[in-house]
Formats: sequence, structure tokens, C-alpha cells
Amino acid sequence: MSEKLLEVKNLRTEFKRDKSWVTAVNHVSFSINRGEILGLVGESGCGKSVTSLSIMRLLATRNSKISEGEVLINSRDLLQINKKAMCKVRGREIAMIFQEPMNSLNPCMRIGRQLTEAILLHNEISKEAAASRAYDVLKAVGIPEPNMTLKSYPHQLSGGMCQRVMIAMAMSCEPELLIADEPTTALDVTIQAQILELMEEIREKRNTGILLITHDLGVVAEMCSRVVVMYAGRIVEEKPVKELFECPQHPYTQGLIESVPKLGSNMTSLPSIPGSVPDLAVMPKGCKFAPRCKFAMEICREQEPSLEATDETGTRRCRCHLLHTDRQEVTSV
Amino acid sequence: MSEALVSVKNVVKTFPVNKGLFAKKKFVHAVNDVSFEIMPGETFSLVGESGCGKSTTGRLIDHLLTPDAGEIWFEGKEISRISQNEMRPLRSDIQMIFQDPYGSLNPRMKVQDLIGEPLLIHTNMSGGERLKKVHGLLEVVGLSPAHGERYPHEFSGGQRQRIGIARALTVNPKLIIADEPVSALDVSIQAQVLNLLQKLQKDYDLTYLFISHDLSVVEMISDRIAVMYLGTIVETAPKRELYSNPRHPYTRALLSAVPVPDPGRKKKRIILEGDLPSTTNLPDGCLFHTRCPYCTDKCRKERPMARTIGEGHIVKCHYNNKM
Ligand SMILES: Nc1ncnc2c1ncn2[C@@H]1O[C@H](COP(=O)(O)OP(=O)(O)OP(=O)(O)O)[C@@H](O)[C@H]1O
Ligand SMILES: Nc1ncnc2c1ncn2[C@@H]1O[C@H](COP(=O)(O)OP(=O)(O)O)[C@@H](O)[C@H]1O
Ligand code: SF4
Ligand code: SF4
Ligand SMILES: [Mg+2]
Ligand SMILES: [Mg+2]
Repeated sequence: MSEKLLEVKNLRTEFKRDKSWVTAVNHVSFSINRGEILGLVGESGCGKSVTSLSIMRLLATRNSKISEGEVLINSRDLLQINKKAMCKVRGREIAMIFQEPMNSLNPCMRIGRQLTEAILLHNEISKEAAASRAYDVLKAVGIPEPNMTLKSYPHQLSGGMCQRVMIAMAMSCEPELLIADEPTTALDVTIQAQILELMEEIREKRNTGILLITHDLGVVAEMCSRVVVMYAGRIVEEKPVKELFECPQHPYTQGLIESVPKLGSNMTSLPSIPGSVPDLAVMPKGCKFAPRCKFAMEICREQEPSLEATDETGTRRCRCHLLHTDRQEVTSV
Repeated sequence: MSEALVSVKNVVKTFPVNKGLFAKKKFVHAVNDVSFEIMPGETFSLVGESGCGKSTTGRLIDHLLTPDAGEIWFEGKEISRISQNEMRPLRSDIQMIFQDPYGSLNPRMKVQDLIGEPLLIHTNMSGGERLKKVHGLLEVVGLSPAHGERYPHEFSGGQRQRIGIARALTVNPKLIIADEPVSALDVSIQAQVLNLLQKLQKDYDLTYLFISHDLSVVEMISDRIAVMYLGTIVETAPKRELYSNPRHPYTRALLSAVPVPDPGRKKKRIILEGDLPSTTNLPDGCLFHTRCPYCTDKCRKERPMARTIGEGHIVKCHYNNKM
């Protein structure tokens, strides 16, 4: 069942800063299969959201551009199709949910109308049929009294309820791919647990592919089957989830995993990663992680390592000179 | 046994909400009958979901709010209703650190002026002495004196939190109230700040009231932990006891909801039904009964009292809930 649903190839996204262009996403490639949850992790500012917004083509063209790459879904390149065709893709093939559910709903429109309009936009069905579909999708995401919720305005709902409505809206046209950008970050843990369970249920029932963006490695461990780690706009590692936690290869991944506090572990201090993410405009020359890396070698400051496959199938990848420590010995003589 | 540094006794705080001119006046019950003590040198943590009254409790102790009922003692003195004048000598003893390193620092002030400001208010040091102390503090929190010349927006979130900590330390406080100090930070940076707070506690004999919504964050830093729900403390226990022998159904649900960063261990989550009840309209009986998997008739009618069930272990539930 490893049918490729989405394939991102060599994606490069740039922003205009003052008068020059800075690169926020740099040659990012990955794929998602049907029925699979792929995790995308990394510290704040590493390019996770820009990657997902580029896939959806939701970035303002005024100060940003996708300068290279392909985004293939059902063997069509989304970067080549026109705006109208792209509108059709959003909702029907790919849907997205965001961190702040409250901000993604129209505050002046009842939930019912927002939902039916979204459904009518993508389906040639009657208003009545759309209204009844709206009821069904709310029911499906576990809203106890759909009729009451349909009549409510967003501000009358709690954060968790709003996120359920967003998921209902995203799922209303049965998309093949769901992009969830920090869907539970703004929610309390007990409500987060409800939403995560709902996403898992959707994946299982409908074979939806999910791109789950999060900075919470606990959420990744519980939800994802594969993980892509980003740093400074680049992919630095990709692995099946179990291997990522058991034997992280990239020093950045190792640092991230070590710094997560583990419940009930009786630790008295936590390992941390010194320093912080570099600014897009002043990237270090070689490996972008070198200024924070405890293994940094001479070559690391000179030459950026490439992202290399570490198995035959290419599903395991890592970007680090340590993969070839002998190379270091060669340059240091 | 030494005397408590802070002692909070049966504190209640409500806020009026305006629902139109002719509507019946309603109140947000932010803090309902909260009691606890903080011993000198310890870290006492308040944990719970958003809106459960953690920050309000912190603000009551910091004398930013006045309780409707109850008492707050600091070093053997009741402070909740004293005047600003009487509070002044104590002001420097209690300092706060906030969640949002972006919002809590004046963007137009240089970092060294931000850190030196409390010295200007609370001491009569000369400018030169102040700057020397500020440079020393910058080094204490892991920044360099050169950073003092820069403005807050030039710093990352973790660095800004260090600035907030340096600012709190200037006046040699006894108690630091840290309200979600690492919640806005990446885990990698969270660890830096938590380690720093821990080191400073040793070096400066500080007492912490640590406020957080995250049980995995408070574990490392706390001595004792209180779990809050709807403005009340449902369980208080020494750290180890709380994690190994949680007795309140809410504490257990909270613990089980924390995602574990270990894909091999698929644990069973306790999924609580429904949402938090509104704080303007509190449930009768046990405040947790609308979401409690063990709720009985008694729970719907009678509010449970706090019961001591072990050394420093207090639970507000009618039942024992032995595992
Ligand atoms: N509209 C924009 N204009 C200019 N720069 C931007 C814009 N959006 C993002 N960036 C920059 O691109 C980089 C990547 O941002 P992105 O939002 O993808 O980070 P992220 O990994 O999603 O972080 P977070 O975890 O905080 O959501 C950052 O340096 C950010 O400042
Ligand atoms: N100044 C205020 N006016 C009205 N309501 C308030 C005020 N401060 C807090 N509240 C309310 O009191 C309750 C507890 O808030 P708070 O102490 O900030 O919670 P926490 O810090 O645990 O998230 C919430 O319902 C909140 O909306
Ligand atoms: S390439 Fe060098 S600096 Fe970069 S992560 Fe690997 S060892 Fe560290
Ligand atoms: S008193 Fe009843 S409702 Fe409240 S926590 Fe205990 S069992 Fe649950
Ligand atoms: Mg983002
Ligand atoms: Mg708060």
C-alpha cells in the first residue's frame, strides 16, 4: 500500500527582505503515501510552514516566490497549473488545517453557513444535500450536538470545538491529503488527545495521507510512521519514526530528542542545544548547524554536506559530514 | 521545620463580566478556595489547563490583585490587603517572569536599561554601579556585556527570556513567580532556560512558584506540585509521589494525555469527554464531575473536601482511587 500520493521535489521558496531575496526553503524533497502520517519537525523558523504553504500555493506573490521545484499530486505538478485549477485542488485533493482554529474561521458567519458554502464550492449538489452533509461531517468529528454548533458563531465555541469544526470542514470534501500545521499546539493536552485520536481515525477510515507539522516530538512519536527533520530551510534527516527515536543520526536530531523532558524520568537537568536558529539573511557558510554542533569539524565550516540516502530505497536520508568521517581526515592533512 | 515563605489560605477571586446593561451580573470564578504553602528554597509548581486560575493565583501573591476572600502571608506577614506604601519594602522580594518574552519587554529600551530599571526604582546606586551590576547579571544568565547595548527585537526567544530573568534577579528577590516561562520556546531552548533557572536557584537561594500547563516541563524543576482545575487545587503532592501515585482522576487524565516521545511505547490514553465547563457557571458538587469517568450521584451533589492521604499528599475527591 505504498502508493505515492504527494511528491515534493527540489522545492525552493524565497522571500524578499529589504531589497534582496532570502531562501526560506532550500531544495526540499519528500513524499507521502496514501494512508500514511508523515511528520515534519524542527525548531521555530526552520521552514515547516513555508513548505506547507508552498505546497498549497498560499504564499503572497508580492514578497515571495517559489523559484524551483515540483509539487506532484496524482501525477500533476501543482506549480504549473493555473489559479482556477489550483482552487479546485484545494479542498478536493488537499485540505489544510492551521494552528489557530479561531483565526481560520470567519468570525461573522455561522458555522453552518461556512460549512455548507465550503461543501458547495467543491461539489455540484443541492443546498439541502450540502446542509445535510455539513451535519454529517460535524457528527463524524465527534461534535455532540451538530445542530447547535451549526447555528453558532466561532467565538461561541471553545478552541477544541473550533479545531473539530476546522477538521470537519477540511474533511467535508474527502481530500486525499490533509496538511495539518501545528493542529493541536494552541490546545490543552486533554483536548489535544481528543483531536489526535480523531486524526488517527480519519486516516484509518479513509486512507487519507497526512502531513503533520509539529514541534512536539511526543506527538510525532505517537502519530507518525515516518519523520522528516528540517533545519534552516533544509531537510537534515528522514527516517521511519522508530529508528529516528532509537538511533537519530544527525547531531541536530539527536539534540532535539535529548532535550525533550520525559515524564517520570527523574532527571535533574536536561541536555539542550546551545545557541539558536540562524537568521535567513546571515546563514553560516558550510553546514548550517555547525555553529551549534558539538561534533563540528573543519570541513563543516567550509562545505555544506549534501543530503544522502543511507539505504538502497532512499527512505532514510541524512545530511552530515560525519557519514564520511574519512573525508575530514583527507582535508585536514 | 522552617516556616513557610508564602502561605495562601482559602483564597477566592472573581471577576465581574459585563453582559449588557440589563443582564444579570455574572462573575468569572477564577480562583475558588485555594490554599498552599511554599517553603524557603523550594520550587512549588502550579499545573493545569488554560483558564484554570494559575496566573490569577500568581498575580494575587504578587499583590497585583486583591482577593475577594482568604489570606496571603509572606514571611509571616499578611499582605493581601496592605496598601501600596506598606507593600513597597516587600516589592523587591517578589519578582515575576512572564511567558511572552516578546511582549513583556519594552521594545524601545536598550537591554541594559531594561535590566537596570528595577535598580533605579528600588536602590540609590549610581549610574556606574548600576551598569557594573547589569554587566555582571548578563554574564550570570549566559549573555555578554556587549548585549546590553542592543534592543529586545535583536534577540531570539530564549535570549529574551534570559533578559527577563536577569531583570528579575537585579533586586535580589526571595521569591520568583515564573508564569509559563518556557511555554513559548522550542524544546531545545526550553532546556537551556530550565537549566539556567535551576542553577540560579542554588546560587542565589531562590524560592520559585513555577506556573505551567505542561506536566513534563515541571517535573525536572519542582519539589512539590499542585494540580489545578477550574480555579481549585485538586491534588498536591511531592513531585515523585505525584508522578508515581497520582490519586485524582483529573491528574491521571492529565498525565496520560502527555504525548510520550517513545514510539515503542504505545500507551493507553485516558480521553476525557467534553470541554472545560465555563468559569462563570461552575458545576455543582465536584467541579470535575462533568468530565470525570468515575462520577457518582454523590459527586454531582457534594463538593469534596481536601483530604490528606499521605506525607504532603492532599486530594480533593470523595474516593480513594487506588490503582
Ligand atoms: N511571509 C513571510 N515573509 C518573509 N519571511 C517569512 C515569511 N513567512 C516565513 N518567513 C521566514 O521563513 C522562515 C521559515 O518560516 P516558517 O514559518 O516556515 O517556520 P516554521 O518552521 O513553520 O516555524 P514555527 O515552528 O515557528 O511555525 C523564517 O525565517 C521566517 O521568518
Ligand atoms: N482581569 C480579568 N478579568 C476577567 N476575567 C479574568 C481576568 N483575569 C483572568 N480572568 C479569568 O479568570 C480565569 C482564570 O484565568 P487565569 O488565572 O489567567 O488562568 P491560567 O493562568 O490558569 O490560564 C479565566 O477564566 C480567565 O478568563
Ligand atoms: S556536518 Fe558537521 S557541523 Fe553539520 S551536523 Fe554534521 S558534524 Fe555537525
Ligand atoms: S469527587 Fe467524584 S467526580 Fe470528583 S473527581 Fe472524585 S470521583 Fe470524580
Ligand atoms: Mg509554522
Ligand atoms: Mg496564564
